[in-house]
Amino acid sequence: MAGFDRRRIGLFAVRYGLFFALGAWVVAMSIASEHFLTWLNFLNVARQAAPIVIIAVGMTFVMATAGIDLSVGSLVALVSVLVVTFFGLGLPTEIVIPAVLALGLVSGLVNGYFVQLGLPPFVVTLAMLTTLRGIGFVVSDGYATPVRDDFVLWLGRGQIGPLHTPIVLAIVVAVIGGVVLGKTRFGLYSLAVGGREEAARAMGINVRGIKLAVYGAIGLLGALAGIVLTGRLGNGSPNAGIMLELEVIAATVLGGTSLFGGAATIAGTVAGALFINFVRNGLNLLGVNPFWVQVATGLILLLAVLLNTVVNRRITEWARVLRAEEPEPGP
Amino acid sequence: MTVPLIEMRNISKSFGAVVALRQVSLSIAAGEVVGLVGDNAAGKSTLMKILSGVYTPDAGEIMLDGRAQALATPMDARGAGIEMVYQDFALVPELSVTQNIFLGRELLQGGLRSKFVDKAKMRERATHWIERLGLRVPPVDTPVRATSGGQQQAVAIARATAFDARLVIMDEPTANLAAAAIEKVRAAIGRLRSHGVAVIVISHRIEDILETADRAIVLKHGAVVGERRIEDTRGDELVHMIVAGRDPRDAAAGGGDGDGAGAAADGGAGGSAPP
Repeated sequence: MAGFDRRRIGLFAVRYGLFFALGAWVVAMSIASEHFLTWLNFLNVARQAAPIVIIAVGMTFVMATAGIDLSVGSLVALVSVLVVTFFGLGLPTEIVIPAVLALGLVSGLVNGYFVQLGLPPFVVTLAMLTTLRGIGFVVSDGYATPVRDDFVLWLGRGQIGPLHTPIVLAIVVAVIGGVVLGKTRFGLYSLAVGGREEAARAMGINVRGIKLAVYGAIGLLGALAGIVLTGRLGNGSPNAGIMLELEVIAATVLGGTSLFGGAATIAGTVAGALFINFVRNGLNLLGVNPFWVQVATGLILLLAVLLNTVVNRRITEWARVLRAEEPEPGP
Repeated sequence: MTVPLIEMRNISKSFGAVVALRQVSLSIAAGEVVGLVGDNAAGKSTLMKILSGVYTPDAGEIMLDGRAQALATPMDARGAGIEMVYQDFALVPELSVTQNIFLGRELLQGGLRSKFVDKAKMRERATHWIERLGLRVPPVDTPVRATSGGQQQAVAIARATAFDARLVIMDEPTANLAAAAIEKVRAAIGRLRSHGVAVIVISHRIEDILETADRAIVLKHGAVVGERRIEDTRGDELVHMIVAGRDPRDAAAGGGDGDGAGAAADGGAGGSAPP
């Protein structure tokens, strides 16, 4: 029984380890740097993390279905370019914003269409990654163009009460995502499709529809994040969002979402995104060479994936213990 | 003669050039347990997947209570009261026992929260159902991956029987199970029969069929070879039919339709009569 309890503690530790690590890092940095534990700095980190959180909520659903979307960084770039191009054509805000959101949705649905045909998500979205950024370069001719639209600038830099607009958007997206994943059939079916697709299909779940929907959703969220980033940077650039998809995936995996599908939480994803950004922020405040920050992020991700696999192994071990306790003679 | 619960008439199915089923007919009455036996590739699984809505037949029809019934999707079949316990249980390992039992049929909350699943009510009912089956109770919040093979079988049976099933198909229900768990599966089949639920058992183990079934149907190369009342046959005769692929009593009757096939044809004719 002692071993059993140790396993439960182990399970608890790996499940909530990220939250402890985030807390410990915040405490340690507060001691190490006088600039860390300030409202302004926290807002700064949250604002940095906001676009990541917005996309990572979508990535959580995609990875719950055992998929992945590598095209979101390129989508951000294309959206960014198209926003300034559309404004350049004299289109009004109320047309431009829905148009680029629709583009994101369509791009996601295209990914979803090929994935539900049975193509590997990695390859489908990798193809979309180069395609979308290529279109971004073609449309913009490689140039960044400033954006002057007040609404877009407000989305990226404005405030709602004491909070910046991107933070509010990220909170809204995360809350909706959390409710959908945790409380609705759609969330449950996403996990079921990723956990064991054949079982989900046998139980009458529309596996193809779920896949289309999760890729459509991350496309829509990617476009939203693209608008926010365009507003924050103040220009539309085909170089926006380079490697963004990797940061989003890192946040999601760090948050305990299984790479093999079936297990995912929005709270974990948000904590993962905050953790990456707090680490970067803390190291910056300490004056660490920013290139080392990339190294640190990489090592943290590696550690997270290690824990992710350890979780799986622990649960399997735990299962074996339960089975041994069962009074069934072996065959 | 009463109308059979389920009747499959002249079902044919091909996959490309491979003919999986040719003109297969069978009928099952409420509360009857039928053993479906045959070698690998005899067509047992294909036939049952047609009945559970996974495949659509190329030809033939399915009658439920004497009326033609389209089973285009697994949801159609489940809606008609036809449930399947898959050989691999078809459970999602990461989801809890409760989530698996209700997968695809979640209970929802009322009013403003009508899009939200009702976790408390599902947990309560799942516990009740598993206890009612008399099977060993895994805590219903446990992820299925943390349960034993016997417990997973219990979850799969609870899921198949919970929603007022009229026909439960069990695909190799005793494969990969320990002896005690096999006894529980057999007891569960007996309980279903006593509640008037029809059961089709697909099994490689002839003793499963002899122990639980009222009737055995033998398939070979996608066609019905013959059928027997269990009290009218022995294990070695069934094995002979499975291996030889023909009914030994056909030869004794001097060619033509044997007793078994004749009885099946009669049953079909009776079922097709308008009520």
